[in-house]
Formats: sequence, structure tokens, C-alpha cells
Amino acid sequence: MDQSIDEIKKEIGEDVIEISLCDGEVVLKVESTKWKDVVDALKDKCKFDMLIDLCAVDYRDGDERFEVVVHLYGLGIKKRIRVKSRCSGEIQSVCDIYPAANWFEREAYDLFGIHFEGHPNLKRILCHDNFEGHPLRKDFDKRKRSDILKPNDLMDEM
Amino acid sequence: MQHTMIFEDNKMYLNIGPSHPAMHGCFRVLVELDGERISKAVPEIGYLHRCFEKEAESHRWDGILPYTDRLNYVSPLMNNVGYCMAVERLMNLEIPERANWIRMLICEVSRICDHLVCLGANLVDVGALTNYWYLFNERELFVDWIEALCGARLTSSYTRIGGLSRDIPSGTPEILKKCLKGTSKALNQVEKIIKRNRIFTDRTVGVGVITEDDAISYGFTGPCLRAAGCDYDVRKVDGYYHYDDVNWDIPVGESGDTFDRIFVRFEEIRQSSRIIEQILERIPEGPIAMDRGNISLPPKHDVYGSIEGMIRHFKIVMEGISPPPGEVYSCTEAANGELGFYIVSDGSDRPYRIKVRPPCFSIYQAYPKMIEGHTVADAIAIMGSLNIIAGELDR
Repeated sequence: MDQSIDEIKKEIGEDVIEISLCDGEVVLKVESTKWKDVVDALKDKCKFDMLIDLCAVDYRDGDERFEVVVHLYGLGIKKRIRVKSRCSGEIQSVCDIYPAANWFEREAYDLFGIHFEGHPNLKRILCHDNFEGHPLRKDFDKRKRSDILKPNDLMDEM
Repeated sequence: MQHTMIFEDNKMYLNIGPSHPAMHGCFRVLVELDGERISKAVPEIGYLHRCFEKEAESHRWDGILPYTDRLNYVSPLMNNVGYCMAVERLMNLEIPERANWIRMLICEVSRICDHLVCLGANLVDVGALTNYWYLFNERELFVDWIEALCGARLTSSYTRIGGLSRDIPSGTPEILKKCLKGTSKALNQVEKIIKRNRIFTDRTVGVGVITEDDAISYGFTGPCLRAAGCDYDVRKVDGYYHYDDVNWDIPVGESGDTFDRIFVRFEEIRQSSRIIEQILERIPEGPIAMDRGNISLPPKHDVYGSIEGMIRHFKIVMEGISPPPGEVYSCTEAANGELGFYIVSDGSDRPYRIKVRPPCFSIYQAYPKMIEGHTVADAIAIMGSLNIIAGELDR
């Protein structure tokens, strides 16, 4: 496992804040400004060719309260990696690197209100378009109710 | 289908779903039709969104388990296993050997049930109605066994953090061997009916093709990825439980069309049967749950018969389990692909964040691309072969 850490360090060493091992998996922490570069390098140079999951966590501490977490897998090298970045609500989209990120980023936008710059179609996915607020934020008022009267049009995506 | 039809430049817009018997759940796809062919499609999901992730943040670790039943409701036992395995990895727990083997057993039984449902329904989509009964009859026998196992047919909630809730029912090997025999017979019969059937091959070969590269870039996992030619299977890659110790192969397709997806599932049922036969031979005797005071409930006779047992029971029921602060991503091979749980714990009795990575979510993303250029009837057949389950898609 140390070997894979060295390899990753060699390729993208200067962009990473912290590199560690968690339960046998390499975990990278990066600056939000370097987010896209690191993910791109992991796909191109380190052969992580599959985006398994992308999600966000709300830590509710300070300005950079959100953490965007992405799990990648390399089919050839048979390794998993987790990349994390703190952000204040804006981060670059990785959609054009991994098409799979499209809906995952829409979900993170829907539930946390994180804006993914450069996303081709950043709109709500699980909640209705007229829903107010971002429900997975820790300060979301759970008692709040919204009236949804009309179905989504969807013609804007046509 | 809703009646919102707009005519414009000879194009017709049609809503398929959200409530339509052919949609296998609650999905809505707005399609632009050029004649009978679909020229563009926009899917909408979320009709079955029930805030699983938000709900989980306000429940105890063990209280979340019943909610996992509802993720992929066609094979709920596998979701139970996936969730418990994630929490156990977070807490660094080693569950007893017997529990490991039983978990493998229930996963494979669920996989067979799930595939039988998918195949049965998918064949109905292409007009082969008879096969539905051949396959569902066999599934019924497995579900009867699941009912004997945990008292429920669908909402199983069978596993526990640190083991299982109860042992397998007596006579299990005989019952399951009989089920497997019946399944194998049914599969052969169905295969005989459809494999060289002209109508069936016309409806499935070359329909809804997704290439291996596309499937990987969309994050496909499970039978849909394997039908496209990539042999990724979490059971082989991670080798969790005892999947490394039993003999089985990964069936792989070639062209990634509906036909391949159907036959990869056929073959997976046979491989699961192989695994089950080996498990039944090798399943060891022993406890089914960890004997740890702060994790698993003591046996009932201890609760009623000793003060220590009662205190232990009381403490777990009142205080729950508290994993150490940390995070984990744990995945298992569910019937549709990689079912992942990303869990963040802050050390309290409730999870800080749970993210479910449902296999369908990635797969359904590619659906519009797969149906463009096909007819409406093909779109239904493609959807059936992808086996999209609204419960895990929308959470």
C-alpha cells in the first residue's frame, strides 16, 4: 500500500494537503482550487478509470463547512482511492472528466446547495424544482413543509 | 401515461410514467418522438425519495437497519448485509465464522431472487409472458425460505451489527437444494423457449447497446457492466467474507445489449447456485453473533435469567451502539452492482452522515443515451434489462 502512496505522491504530490491510509484505502485531501486538477491527474496518470461515488458532508464549522468526497476505482490496478476537499459552497465540476459525476453532482447540489462550476445541467434531481432549502444541511429545519403543486416541466432539458 | 402531448415540427412529446405498469416502479421519462422512434429523452427521478440519508442521521445505528430493507426491495437481505458490514468495518469488528457464511448464503439467495424477478419481468416486457410463471414459481420457494428465516418476505431486517438476529431454520440444506434444483430446471426451460426464439432475439439483440468504455465512464457496475465485457465484481476484487474460498466464475457478455444483460443474469443465477451448494457443505457450527456486551443483545434466556444479562440488554436498548469517530467506505456486490455505504461517525450513538451509493443511480444516468434511436417498446425492454429499482435509486 505504501508503494501506491509513493506513486500518487510522485504524480500529484504538490497539490495534496494530506495523504493518509484509512482502512486500507488511500485518502487524499486537496484544496478546492486544485480539485479538478487532482481528479484529472488521478484518472490520466494514476489510472483510476471509474468514478464510483461522489457526495458531500456538512461539517458546519467555519467558512469551508462542506466537504466534497469522491471515491474512485482503478479497474486495471484494482485499487480504490478517496479524495476529499473542503469548500464553502463552490467547487469545480468533474463532469467532463467522469460523465458519471453528472447526477452525483446534481444530487450534492440538491441536498447541500453546493455549486459545481462548469456543470452542464446543475438542477435539482431528487427534490422537486420548487422545493426550498437544501435538506441534508445540518441547519435545515426538518419541520418545514413545502407545497408542490405542479409537476416539473422538463422541457428546459429538451 | 399522462396526456401532455405537444406537436411541433412533426415531433411529439410524450410522458412515459411516472405511474405506468410498464415502468417497473415510479419513473418518469419525457421523450421526444420522431414517428415511433425516440429522438431525445429526459428522465426525472425522485418520485420515491423518502429521505433515507436524512432520516438515518436522527436514528440510532441499529435503528437504521429496517430502512435499508427498502433500498433495493427486491433483495432486501443484501442491503442489510451491506449496511452491517459497513458499520462493522467502521468499528473494526470480527463477526463469528458461522455468521460470515450465513451472510454469504443469504446474499446469494437474494441475488437469485432478484435476478429471477428481473428476468421474469423483462421477458414480459418483450412479450414472453409464459416465462414469468416458470421463474416466479421458483422465486416463491426461495421467498418462503426467507420467511422461515426471518418472519418476513420482503422487509427482512435479518442481520445485526456484530452478527445475525437468529440462526437459519432447521432443514435449510434440504430446502435450498430442492429450490436450486427447481431453479435450474426452470432456467433450462426458459432458455429453451427464448434463446433461439426469433421474436425474442429480434427484440433484444443489438438493442440498448452500451460499449465497455461507455459503461465504465458512466460508472456501471454489476451485471450491466459485465454484459458489456468488463469482469469487475466486488466479490472477486475485495474477496469479502469467504468468496475467495469458494469456486465460482464471473460470467461476462460481449456486446452490452439487452440480450447479453439477460443472459449474464441467467449465468449469474447458476453461479450463485454453485456458491450456495458449497456454502451448505462448509457452513460451520458456532455462535451467530458476537458476544460483546456493548454491541449485541444477549440471548433471551440470559435477559430473563440473570441480572447481568438484563443490565446488558437494558444498556444496549437504552444507549445503543457508539462507533468511534471516523469514516469508512464499504461496498458489497448487490444484485445490481456495487452497493456502497460511505459513513461518517462523530462518535455518538447516531451516524453523522450516511451516503448510500446505489448501483442503479449510475446506470440510470445512461438510460437516455441508450434509448435514443429506439422505439418506445424497446425503451421499456431496455429499462427492464437494466433492472432499475426505484427504492435504491431515489432513497
